Amino acid sequence: MATIELRDVHKSFGAQKVLEGLSFSVEQGQSLVLMGPSGSGKSVILKHLIGLLKPDHGEVEVMGKSVPELSGHELSLLRKDMGYLFQHSALLNWMSVFDNVALPLREGRDCAESEIRERVQKVLALVMLEGAELKLPEQLSGGMQKRVGLARALVTEPKVILYDEPEAGLDPEMSASISATIRRLQEELGTTSVTVTHSTSCAKTVGDLLAVFEKGRIIVSGPPAEVLASELPRVREFLGTPID
Amino acid sequence: MNIVERAGARLLAPMLSSAGYAVSIGLAAVARIPHLLRRRRSLFDQMHLSGVKTLHVVLFVNFFIGMILALQLGYELQRFGQQQAIGFAVSVAMVREMAPVMTAVLLAAAVSSAMAAELGTMKVQEEITALEVMSVDVASFLVVPRVFGLMFMAPLLTVLGSIIGILGGGIIATTQLGVDFHGYLLNATEALEDRWVWWLPVPKSLYAALIKSTVFGFTIAVVGCASGLQARHGARGVGDATRSAVRNSIILIIVLNFFLGKLIYTT
Ligand SMILES: Nc1ncnc2c1ncn2[C@@H]1O[C@H](COP(=O)(O)OP(=O)(O)O)[C@@H](O)[C@H]1O
Ligand SMILES: [Mg+2]
Repeated sequence: MATIELRDVHKSFGAQKVLEGLSFSVEQGQSLVLMGPSGSGKSVILKHLIGLLKPDHGEVEVMGKSVPELSGHELSLLRKDMGYLFQHSALLNWMSVFDNVALPLREGRDCAESEIRERVQKVLALVMLEGAELKLPEQLSGGMQKRVGLARALVTEPKVILYDEPEAGLDPEMSASISATIRRLQEELGTTSVTVTHSTSCAKTVGDLLAVFEKGRIIVSGPPAEVLASELPRVREFLGTPID
Repeated sequence: MNIVERAGARLLAPMLSSAGYAVSIGLAAVARIPHLLRRRRSLFDQMHLSGVKTLHVVLFVNFFIGMILALQLGYELQRFGQQQAIGFAVSVAMVREMAPVMTAVLLAAAVSSAMAAELGTMKVQEEITALEVMSVDVASFLVVPRVFGLMFMAPLLTVLGSIIGILGGGIIATTQLGVDFHGYLLNATEALEDRWVWWLPVPKSLYAALIKSTVFGFTIAVVGCASGLQARHGARGVGDATRSAVRNSIILIIVLNFFLGKLIYTT
C-alpha cells in the first residue's frame, strides 16, 4: 500500500475551483515532486495531506489513515510522524534559532533536555547553521530562516515530509545545497516526501517522480528526466525552457 | 430572507461566532490551569509585559483620576461645609469603581491590543498553522500565559492605582480645599473599614476591586487572544483584529462592571 494516496480530490473555495479530480500516490521511501504555476493550488495539496484542509470530495490517505476522517487527537498523533516545511518559514520571532528548532521536541514529546540538545545540534549541522543557535530569526537572512524551518521540520525525524517550495527565496548556490540536503535525507533516512516547487533543478535533484500539475489535475508524470523532456505543449510552456 | 433578516444575518452572525470563539478560548484557558507550572517562564514574561511595562501609565492616570474626583466632589461638599468627608468620597469612588475600571481600560488599550496584534500577525504569517502542524497545543502554549499573566497583574495594578489615586486626591484636598492631609488619610481609610462578612480580613470595597479587576484582566486577555487568533487576510486583518479587541474589551469591562457591582453590593 502506498504511503500517500490521493483519489479524485476536489476542492473549491467559494466559486473558485482549485483541485478538480486530483489523484496521485507515493510509495514508501519515494520522493514525489509536484510542479505547477503560482496559485495553482500546490500549497492547498500539501495542506490536505496534513489535515489543515478537507477535500469537498475524494479521499486522502497518509500512512494508511484517512486524513479527513481523523479526530483531533488522531490527527495530532499522525502529525507527529510528519514534517512540514512552510513556504514562508513560519518561525516564532521571539525565540532563538535553537528554541525554534527544539520546539516540536519540547511540546508534546517526552524528550530529555540533553537529547534535545543533541538532536537540535545534529539537524543544525545538517542545514549548515552551526553557531547560529542563539540568534533570533530576524537576525538571519531569508535563506537562513528557510534552513531553520527545514531543521525544525527534520528534528523529529518524521516518516513523511512535505516541502512547500524549499528553494524559493534562496540564492542558486543555497538552493542547490538545500535540494541536495533533501535528497541526502531521503536516501539516508528513507523518508517519504512530497515537494512542491517552481524550480526544475530542484525537481531534478529531489524527485524520484515528477508530476506537472495544472487546473486541479496532473497533466503528466514520470521520472524527472522524462517529464522534463516531454514534448507536450502545456508542459513546455510551463517549464519555459527548451529541452537541453 | 427579507432585507431585515439579511442585514441581521450579516451583522449578527459574525458577532455571535466571534463571541462563541472567545468563550471557547476562555474555557480552553481555564481547562489548562494545570499547565501554568510548565508555562511559568512565559507566564512571567507576560506578567512583565502586561504588568510592569504598563505600571507607569496606570499610576499616572489613576493619580489624575484621584485629583479630579477630589476637586469635583470637594467643591460640592464644600458648599455644604462637608469638605472633611472628601477622603471618604475619594477612597470609596477610587477603590470600588474608578481604579478597577480605569486600569482595565488602560490594559485593554495597551495589552489586549498588543495580544491581538501579536497573535494576529502570527496567524496571518502561518505561524499558528505551523504550531498546529507540529501538534503544539496553541491554547496552552500561547493563550495560558497571556490570560493568566494579565489576570494576576490586573488586581495588583488596580490596588496600586487606588493607592496613588487616593494620594492624588489628598494633594488636592490639602492644597485646594484646605483639608488637613492627616485627617484626609484617616477619613479615607475609615471609608474602607466596612466588612463584607466577619471572617474576611479585608474591607468589602477592596474585595470589590480585587474581584472586578481579576475578572477584567481575564476577560481582556481572552478577548485579545481570541481576536488575534481569528485574524485573516494579511496586515489589514491584523488591524481589524486589534481594533475589535480594544472595542470589545472596553464594552465588556463597562457591562461587567455594572453586573459585578450589583452582585457584590446586593449580597
Ligand atoms: N484558505 C483559503 N481560502 C480561500 N482561498 C484559498 C485558501 N487557500 C488557498 N486559496 C486559494 O487557492 C488558490 C491556490 O493557492 P495555493 O495553493 O496557495 O497556490 P500555490 O500553488 O501558489 O501554492 C489561490 O488562488 C488561493 O487564493
Ligand atoms: Mg504556495
